[in-house]
Amino acid sequence: MKGLRLLVSRNVGALLALALFLALYVFYSALHPKGFTVDLFVQNSNEALTLMLLGMAQTLPVLLGGIDLSVGSLMTLVDSVASEVVRGSPWQIALGIALCLATGLLGGLVNGLVVVLGRLQPIVVTLATGAIYSGLALFIRPTPGGEVDGNLGWVATNALSEMPATFGWWNGSPPAWFNLIAGIPMPIVILVVVVVVFWLPYRNSETGRAAYAVGSNESAAYMSGVRVNRAKLAAYVMGGLFSGFAGLYFAVQTGSGNADPIQAGTYTLNSIAAVVIGGTSMLGGSGGAIGTIFGVAVLRAITFCFRVVDTNSPLGFLANPLLQPMFEGVILLIAVSVGAARIFRMKNRLDMYR
Amino acid sequence: MVGTAAESLLQLRGVSKSYGGVAALSQVDFTAKASSIHAVLGENGAGKSTLIKVVAGVVQPDAGVMTFDGRAVQFASPQDANAVGIVSVFQELSVMPDLSVADNISITAPPRRFGLIDKRAQQRRAEELLARVGCDDVDPRERVGDLPLSRRQMVEIAKALGRDPKLLILDEGTSALTAADVERVYEILHRLRDEGLALLYISHRMHEIKELADTISVLRNGRHVRTFPTGACTDDEVVQLMIGREIINVYPPKAQRAAPPRPRLEVTSLGWTDRLSDISFSVGEGEIVGLGGLDGQGQRELLLALFGVLRNVKGAVAIDGKTRRISSPVAATRASNRIALIPEDRKTEGLMLPMSIGDNISLSSLGRVTRGFVIDRGAEAANIQAMVEKLKIRIGKVDDPVATLSGGNQQKVVIAKWLLTDARIMLLNDPTRGIDVGTKEEIYRLLRSLADAGTSILLYSTDYDELIGCCDRVLILYSGRIVRELVGPAITETAIVASAFNLPIEPHAAAGARRG
Repeated sequence: MKGLRLLVSRNVGALLALALFLALYVFYSALHPKGFTVDLFVQNSNEALTLMLLGMAQTLPVLLGGIDLSVGSLMTLVDSVASEVVRGSPWQIALGIALCLATGLLGGLVNGLVVVLGRLQPIVVTLATGAIYSGLALFIRPTPGGEVDGNLGWVATNALSEMPATFGWWNGSPPAWFNLIAGIPMPIVILVVVVVVFWLPYRNSETGRAAYAVGSNESAAYMSGVRVNRAKLAAYVMGGLFSGFAGLYFAVQTGSGNADPIQAGTYTLNSIAAVVIGGTSMLGGSGGAIGTIFGVAVLRAITFCFRVVDTNSPLGFLANPLLQPMFEGVILLIAVSVGAARIFRMKNRLDMYR
Repeated sequence: MVGTAAESLLQLRGVSKSYGGVAALSQVDFTAKASSIHAVLGENGAGKSTLIKVVAGVVQPDAGVMTFDGRAVQFASPQDANAVGIVSVFQELSVMPDLSVADNISITAPPRRFGLIDKRAQQRRAEELLARVGCDDVDPRERVGDLPLSRRQMVEIAKALGRDPKLLILDEGTSALTAADVERVYEILHRLRDEGLALLYISHRMHEIKELADTISVLRNGRHVRTFPTGACTDDEVVQLMIGREIINVYPPKAQRAAPPRPRLEVTSLGWTDRLSDISFSVGEGEIVGLGGLDGQGQRELLLALFGVLRNVKGAVAIDGKTRRISSPVAATRASNRIALIPEDRKTEGLMLPMSIGDNISLSSLGRVTRGFVIDRGAEAANIQAMVEKLKIRIGKVDDPVATLSGGNQQKVVIAKWLLTDARIMLLNDPTRGIDVGTKEEIYRLLRSLADAGTSILLYSTDYDELIGCCDRVLILYSGRIVRELVGPAITETAIVASAFNLPIEPHAAAGARRG
């Protein structure tokens, strides 16, 4: 019982985000003509996955107590690279995907090296590297375009059932067990794979633990013999990898590349909002990528809700899509306030500053 | 005293270290043996911390050689020192508050399964180590930040033990512990010594050192003065070795009064949550009143309540006969109240570490030197200079960051800041914790001279000697209540200890135990 209480108290931000998402999404599905169908769920998960991956990328520097303003630009860079290389024979596609992920890793590595070796503030470093990544992206892809393998795009953006159909497995009659999972959207499968293969092992490794330690109290971590620099570097590299996944999926989903720096900026800011809504402390040391995924789900669910509310109803003026940023801002403020609500319980005012 | 290679675990030869031209250590030879508790003593700036940091791999010496376990060693970082078996528990707590107890204990080299951290094994390991330090009541899954300070320090010790040290360094390792924990730590340290460990121990509490250490080394001005077995020198001799001059009397004479002083601060039935209840007392003009008792009995909270830091404080506070509502530190420092609090932790509550010495000193009294909207730099500088001279703060330039000063001088800066506010009531929370004997003495003199000038002083101290030597009256707290008031000659060690445990005072002890 005590274990459960501790578990809840440590993940209260993520759980609140999950609850809010479920409420919003049930509301949306109830009003939507295709509500509670596989089609709608596939469509919605497509719209959410890129930002979810990018939010995971943002989570890591924030856990260290920093911030990464380059995630959106790095995503755009990978997106531009993908529009040039992810096509052709299966081997070429595989190589192209590897190249995209390597680009992400490299971008994260550069961020990490400059922050660690230069002992510089991450906010300034990533502001600069972000501009560099945007510049490179524009150089590779001056105008939107390029091409990404169509079959890959089709499979990655539909339900799991499309996979055997597209690649001709089982001669059109998949086994019974597959029919049980056929309705799961591919974006969800990709998300689960990324979380299980990359995030969870990282979270439970000594290096991942060290990142939490550094964010919690850097000097204490150093004095405890934690490899502080390695932990920071690893966190930025992981962040770069997740940015790479985000850029790759973005290209696969749209079938082309787009180096728009303004779009990159919007994605970066949304990733920060998602991290905060998902319960990760901007001071570092607590939270995690799973919470961020819920944070993105909340942001996206707000967008969805605007599509289904009748603008002619008495409260229709609230459904004006132009008000959407305002509602997202309100949710963000509420999320920050939830984090700060503990000060009302404080009998000792000094605790406010700890 | 030079040990042979066989019995000496750690050996330093001619170790020197300078910071910006100032020698912190010069040509130090030092030997620590296995199966012993070795205390390092010295004034502030004597080089104790630097010595410890060199051994722990935190700083690298400029010259000299170090051998550990028969081999020459050079440490680039604390990890290197950990790797050969040197582990430290530092004065500033080095725990990660957002991580669980188990995570903290196994922060480096956690138990693994398939390359990942094995949470169950880690939890069992934490339970075992906590049991070893007698802290079975701590749940390893709890966030360390949610634990009280004394528990945190025990977690820190458990964490150090988890690394199988050959040499364990305790830098003021007991300063945050409650009396019961201190007993437990003594027991653990003695056991570790019997298991063959070498322990290096830094503490400013003489009685602790006498009880714990087998060997004592004294440093002065960065040089090694003498190493001797505990008991070979008397307290007075040890003090002489440390300061290199004769202290006739550490404590200045107390005020002799015919009649009780006019009350300045009167507190009636003060209470706060379950930590303080029904506290009533007064502090007179020019009086030094001590707060004593076991650590953690509400003394700190009482000072914070009087300074307006705590919410929902019950009861009444009157200053010079007028009832005052003090709802914040801003209200407490207002001209009508003029209360000052020297906080417990100078690094986090007392000082803006990156700001300059001068900015720190003038911070709370800027209103007095402001003309219109602008700070009168000349008047400010004059104030700062006056304080530096009055308190004999040893500084380079007033523009240097306050972080560059030694602990004792930092504390003087905190006191200087509050002296400039012309406080009528000074609340002090263990102001000499972690400070050398020489500076302590200066602070005692200063407090007495302030009192003689009419300031009312409420002093909480964890050091019994200090209460006996400094205070006109002592209030003993127990479980958030005042259980006894000791006045004048009745302030004896026996009376304080008995009261602290809420025991009756033996009449003959009370009468006869007055210390010289």
